[in-house]
Amino acid sequence: MDILLSSISQGLIWSIMAIGVYLTFRILDIADMTAEGAFPLGAAFAASLIANHANPWLATLVGMLGGMAAGLVSGLLYTRLRIPALLTGILTLTGLYSINLRIMGKANIALLNQTTVFSAFAQFSSTMQVIIVGALLVAVIMVLLVLFFNTEMGLAARAVGDNPDMSAANGVHVANMQIVIYMISNGLIALAGALMAQSNGYADISMGVGTIVIALAAIIIGEVLVRNLTLGKRILTIIIGAIIYRLIIALVLWAGVDPNDLRLFYAALLTVLLAVPLMRQLTKQYNRRRANRIHIKSLNAQAAKEDKAK
Amino acid sequence: MKNTPVLTIRDLHQYFEQGTINETHALQGINLTITEGEFVTIIGGNGAGKSTLLNSIAGTLPIDTGQIVLDGKDITYDSVTKRARWIARVFQDPKMGTAQRLSVAENMALAAKRGEHHSLFRFGTPRSARPRFQAALKRLNLGLEDRLDTEIGLLSGGQRQAITLLMATLQKPEMLLLDEHTAALDPKTSATVLHLTEQLVNEEDLTALMITHNMQDAIKYGNRLLMLDHGKIVVDIAGEEKKHLTVPQLLDLFNKASQEELTDDELLLSADK
Repeated sequence: MDILLSSISQGLIWSIMAIGVYLTFRILDIADMTAEGAFPLGAAFAASLIANHANPWLATLVGMLGGMAAGLVSGLLYTRLRIPALLTGILTLTGLYSINLRIMGKANIALLNQTTVFSAFAQFSSTMQVIIVGALLVAVIMVLLVLFFNTEMGLAARAVGDNPDMSAANGVHVANMQIVIYMISNGLIALAGALMAQSNGYADISMGVGTIVIALAAIIIGEVLVRNLTLGKRILTIIIGAIIYRLIIALVLWAGVDPNDLRLFYAALLTVLLAVPLMRQLTKQYNRRRANRIHIKSLNAQAAKEDKAK
Repeated sequence: MKNTPVLTIRDLHQYFEQGTINETHALQGINLTITEGEFVTIIGGNGAGKSTLLNSIAGTLPIDTGQIVLDGKDITYDSVTKRARWIARVFQDPKMGTAQRLSVAENMALAAKRGEHHSLFRFGTPRSARPRFQAALKRLNLGLEDRLDTEIGLLSGGQRQAITLLMATLQKPEMLLLDEHTAALDPKTSATVLHLTEQLVNEEDLTALMITHNMQDAIKYGNRLLMLDHGKIVVDIAGEEKKHLTVPQLLDLFNKASQEELTDDELLLSADK
């Protein structure tokens, strides 16, 4: 029960990051590495402000705005300087490492006994606090995103992801829409970082490493569970995917795997998940061919019978 | 109203891989004026420069030399996005003209707002627009009026091309560009879409440029015919003369035109020696 609750609480925070990654990954078709810099950026802003006794909600908001700024930088590099998406992410990520260090002033900030966004529900256990705040935020994000993608601008943004040429031919400012998606995406990722720092009780300069793999895994688990969904339902499956993912990790740790080996496990698990669609296809093909072999055999048998009859 | 120039192209040149050994002079000084209500068909062999001309007008290809004026506005250096306010386009590949994962209604809503500001404070596909979309789809007689919420990628190429055509006219363009828009369709569907094209152009009184590979179609549709060869306009027929044109006559004109090209080339070669 404890494992389940803590997986849900962690999964909710990770799902915010995963929703952010989903926007660039599935709408723009880009695996945006900026995520691994935006996540600690959000944490760095929130932790250093909270350590200086700022309002935790304000600190979290600043973290999120910082992520949007990082998204703006990547978006500009990608659209205006036409730098390939993967390099764009790596450039911003590398630059952010120094910026994050500057913001924090050191490699690690502890948040022991500080007032965080979770303190508002102090009457509950620490896990329940994270679940309540996380669920509220995830619900707000989901409603706002569904609303946004149904506005004229949101429709144009989805069209850009689908078919940039057609969008331009219909007068959509393709680059601007891509930048908007980059900004929303990295804003959400930084928000997740800010919440993670408050939940864990510290911000660390290296806390972004490998996070994109975790987010992608959550997305793919959701997609493997249910295919082809509208955005609102897809966000729900991502949340469930993130929780399942945390459960798997919790079970792996409980089974005695060395935490140092965890990143190798992250990579291996995502590899398996990414291979699922191909596996499904191959199984289908194998079954069809087996059925067809039997069919051909029966054709042969019939032909032989007819030959004999002659 | 008629005889007002809509599109004026002056001395348009396009080069590919300029300065390299593979340099191609794709358009060699195109001068063309298209007046309001003209439905121009363009034919020519592979590499004649038909698509290059259309891409230059649409803005997908930056212009090397020359000027393009649309309705008095110099659009030579305007982006595709900016030109979309005045120019609508149907591509050859049915996949190109629509956003596959969006629904029929969403695609139409996007096209209905062609060239306008995309607001953050208005719904992209308002309920109030649905009757209009439905009525427009009904005209296609393809039974699509009940499929507003179908993902457009699930429809056939012909259905999608018909919808793309409809989308191009939801917001009346000053210039409609059709880039071999039936080339990827089977003959029967192609005929249906061409018929629909003619109907829409006539009813909405559109000015249109249509590229085709098919001489018969080039003669049958439109009220002016251009033939391109090696980046030049070699035949320009309109009115009564075009109406009575036959395929053999057109072939004859084509051969004559390319013959001249050939002798020109021969002259060049001999001059080199």
